[in-house]
Amino acid sequence: MAAEPLTSSSYIKHHLTNLTYGKFPEGHEHAGHWGFAHTGEDAQAMGFWALNVDSMLFSVGLGMLFLWLFRKAAKTATADTPRGWQNFVEWIVEFIDTSVRGSFSAKNDMVAPLALTLFVWIFLMNLMDLIAVDHIPLLASLLGVSHLKIVPSTDPNITFGLALPVFFLVLYYSVKIKGLGGFMSELAFHPFPKWMAPVNLLLEGVTLIARPLSHSLRLFGNMYAGEMIFILIALMYGGGVALGAFGGLLQLGWAIFHILIITLQAFIFMTLTIVYLDMAHQESH
Amino acid sequence: MNFNATLIGQSITFIVFVWFCMKYIWPPIMHALEERRKNIADGLAASERGKHEQQLAEERATEILREAKVKAGEIISRAEKRASEIVDEGKVDARAEGNRLLIAARAEIDQEINRAKEDLRGQVVTIALAGASKVLEREVDQHTHDELLTKLAAEI
Repeated sequence: MAAEPLTSSSYIKHHLTNLTYGKFPEGHEHAGHWGFAHTGEDAQAMGFWALNVDSMLFSVGLGMLFLWLFRKAAKTATADTPRGWQNFVEWIVEFIDTSVRGSFSAKNDMVAPLALTLFVWIFLMNLMDLIAVDHIPLLASLLGVSHLKIVPSTDPNITFGLALPVFFLVLYYSVKIKGLGGFMSELAFHPFPKWMAPVNLLLEGVTLIARPLSHSLRLFGNMYAGEMIFILIALMYGGGVALGAFGGLLQLGWAIFHILIITLQAFIFMTLTIVYLDMAHQESH
Repeated sequence: MNFNATLIGQSITFIVFVWFCMKYIWPPIMHALEERRKNIADGLAASERGKHEQQLAEERATEILREAKVKAGEIISRAEKRASEIVDEGKVDARAEGNRLLIAARAEIDQEINRAKEDLRGQVVTIALAGASKVLEREVDQHTHDELLTKLAAEI
């Protein structure tokens, strides 16, 4: 990238490209070798068996951070007066517990920890969006890393990676609670009468498939758009003092607004998960 | 935007994290919260009980105070009654004593009067004898006229 002239579009493109590790495809100069993709096209060409190292790294890192921080509070949790970090953790746990009790009517010990993990993890991943777009990639480039996307939730792989297990859980519990026949009849005999079963199946099937799609794309879309705006604002810093100052103001405003969005998106993802699982646990409509 | 193995990696990570959270994070925290909730509930119940007991004690205290007041009132009224009784008794005694003194005084006076009368009678006899002897200018036999003279003195 360093060789290319720095234009607005290359700047944006650079910021939206993951650091992908995979096998170079046929026809490439490094064909047959494993390595980091140099451009977005390279990454695309690597096919499915490639890994977005930056997304995974930050996602796992932030997840570990979450687990570590909460485990620390869980280990010392007592019924005495809570203080400091334990207080904060209890506040979040209580909040999640209330949300789960509010939307999830069946009994399942897995839903609340699942919701907690989703909420805090997604929040942390979204939070990376508030770090100025150039700081960490610049640091990384000094260490020789060509691309770095630090917000894992702007990578659709990550959001799908969260939505798909949830989807499989929904399928699993639907079949477990209602039985395979019950689940299929729910898909086939609703909303129209039984003789229109194919139409029902089509409608409900689409609804079912659309759920993980909308679930993950909602988070991805919001974060991607937010990141894009940060990048566009960051472009203004190259446009002179006046435009740069205006850009700084815009960035501050957008960042403050973004604090709301990242929390809201994490909350929406969690709530939808709870609602989907609740629907899977409902005996009948 | 291209899908690759990151999807699978993230899914696996997600499942592992949820498992960890479910196993090691959620239960201890919920346990602590539940325990604290119970402690607080117990504390509140105890304070409620204490309040109730205090109320009972206050009621009892009021009751005792009321009884004491009634008793004090009874004692005072009894004392007043007794006092008036004593006063009445005193009055009766005084009246009786007065009467007694009066009677004694009267008796004394009567005695004095009688004594004075006796004296007078004696003196009258003497005076009458002297007068009579002066009038008769002769010696009158005292024995012969004694009856007469005594009769005279008794008439005076």
